[in-house]
Amino acid sequence: MSKSIAVEARAARKDYGTGAHTVRALDGVSVSIDQGEFFTLLGPSGCGKTTLLRLIAGFETPTSGQIFLEGQDITADPPNLRPINTVFQSYALFPHLSVAENIGFGLQMMGRPKAEVNHAVEKMLALVQLESLASRKSQQLSGGQQQRVALARALAPRPKVLLLDEPLSALDLKLRKEMQRELKRLQAETGITFIFVTHDQEEALTMSDRIAVMQSGNILQIGSPREIYNHPVDRFVADFIGETNFLTGRVEAGRATLTSGEVLSADVTGHAGKVTFAVRPEQVVICAADEADCLAATIVETVYFGTDTHCHMRLGDGTQIVARLQNAPSGEIGLAPGEAVGLRFEPGALQVLAQ
Amino acid sequence: MANRAFSIARLPGFSTLAVMVFVMLYLPIGLLVLFSFNAGPSPAIWEGFSLQWYPRAWANEQVKDATLRSLTIASFAAVISTSVAVLAALGTTRRKRSAGQTFVYLMINQPLMVPEIVTAVALLILFGFIKVATGYQGLGYLIIAHSAFCIPFAYLPIRARLEGMDLALETAAADLYATPWQTFRYVTLPLLMPAVIAGLMLAFITSLDDVVISLFVKSAGQDTLPTYMLGQIRRNMTVEVNAISTLLICLTIIMLTAFFLLTRRNE
Repeated sequence: MSKSIAVEARAARKDYGTGAHTVRALDGVSVSIDQGEFFTLLGPSGCGKTTLLRLIAGFETPTSGQIFLEGQDITADPPNLRPINTVFQSYALFPHLSVAENIGFGLQMMGRPKAEVNHAVEKMLALVQLESLASRKSQQLSGGQQQRVALARALAPRPKVLLLDEPLSALDLKLRKEMQRELKRLQAETGITFIFVTHDQEEALTMSDRIAVMQSGNILQIGSPREIYNHPVDRFVADFIGETNFLTGRVEAGRATLTSGEVLSADVTGHAGKVTFAVRPEQVVICAADEADCLAATIVETVYFGTDTHCHMRLGDGTQIVARLQNAPSGEIGLAPGEAVGLRFEPGALQVLAQ
Repeated sequence: MANRAFSIARLPGFSTLAVMVFVMLYLPIGLLVLFSFNAGPSPAIWEGFSLQWYPRAWANEQVKDATLRSLTIASFAAVISTSVAVLAALGTTRRKRSAGQTFVYLMINQPLMVPEIVTAVALLILFGFIKVATGYQGLGYLIIAHSAFCIPFAYLPIRARLEGMDLALETAAADLYATPWQTFRYVTLPLLMPAVIAGLMLAFITSLDDVVISLFVKSAGQDTLPTYMLGQIRRNMTVEVNAISTLLICLTIIMLTAFFLLTRRNE
């Protein structure tokens, strides 16, 4: 089954500045985003995720490469001719207009009849639950309310694609969690393709159908949250998404061994020579020091996190390993610094990354 | 809160100097206003309180004529110079930075830097040619001249507001299907309005106040209020001039207060 493609970037490159001062923000990125998908561009600041979003919106023209919308080349179209709307990081609500006028702005500019505009505004106000604030000015709203107006304004013209540029970064944690669920609900109700930009890996994992991890103007990996989390392609992705333990070793004759000589069980298909092993803290199991098939380790310290405890350990060769242990009702894990323990990894938890 | 480590108010002689400056600035104006209420005919010898000079000034046909002419010129000049200033401010803030931008900026603000008398003589010569060629003798010359030197006064507040405006708003308008013209009409201009009104008023006051350029450019019988007053003082000082000046000061204070309130709002 193949879905139809909503947006496609083909070898999109963007350089800023000229001559010796040229900065390459985007280095020939190609990506296709499916119709109705919640697609996230994830990466640290300066990775090019916002530049890619601005190319899709039409605020910037690519230095080379093309942008397609439903198979049509829109690279040369100005933003007002693209049926794509944006939720800005700063919201960018028009301060001289009321909430209702802000939401109706897009349809009004398209020259739709007044009755249709009013009807759409009412529907949008209901969708984001702001009916009572229709006549307020945007400065009289709280951050969360402004966020909802920005969303309603971008959704009102029923765009083919909605772009969201870190829209939740200005909200506090509780409101952010609420808006994350709200965004998922809105996407499900409208069926519009969402392209979401964020540097928050947790946000990306909880909301997305697919994630593109970006760094230095390139896409490193595209996949579902589970694929990205469980099978990162390289050390950067493994490190950026969640916490990861890294161990160095070799793969020889289909066998994985640590530098210190211990044999590990891992799927090493396609790997040979020096490699890095990655394992998530929650996949590390602490056992008795004398148990068979365990690596010998020493507890360095334990850090209490409420739901779980992070147990920092050191292997014989000095490698630091963190295990995340779910807390028992007592809150005690019964491990003290200096204690000798054994550790092993859950079956299939060990990922092999190329050097 | 005052900076305790360095406060200019603690420098020796600071308050004395400040008081002297304010006395120098406002004492002459205070005297002028006071003598506009003089019962006698001299602007120097006080003979008791009277309001007689205000109706007498108004009854003077020449004063009425000059006032009306000044207001007409100032209104046209304010509208024309502000319209040009809006375009100039858009051109210098809403385009990619280019090498010639500082030069353009200087060109727009030329009237602030070139001595007024030079502009006056230059305009006298240019308009002389045109008058000979076309035979036109009307107010147009004064309006054009005033419009030109009022541009920087309207340009500066408008440019400042455009620079302070969040560019994301115009980007958002374009994103929401507004053409460049619609973006200007429905987003940029409404947000710019306080600065446009401020620019109009500054240009109006500047035009109303001008003597040098008006004196050189005007044809015979085209006295503006300031050139009429200058003519009066040359003949003999009358309290009538004090009364007109006092009214002009009131108008200026009202407009500057409005300007201040308008530019302060929404910040």
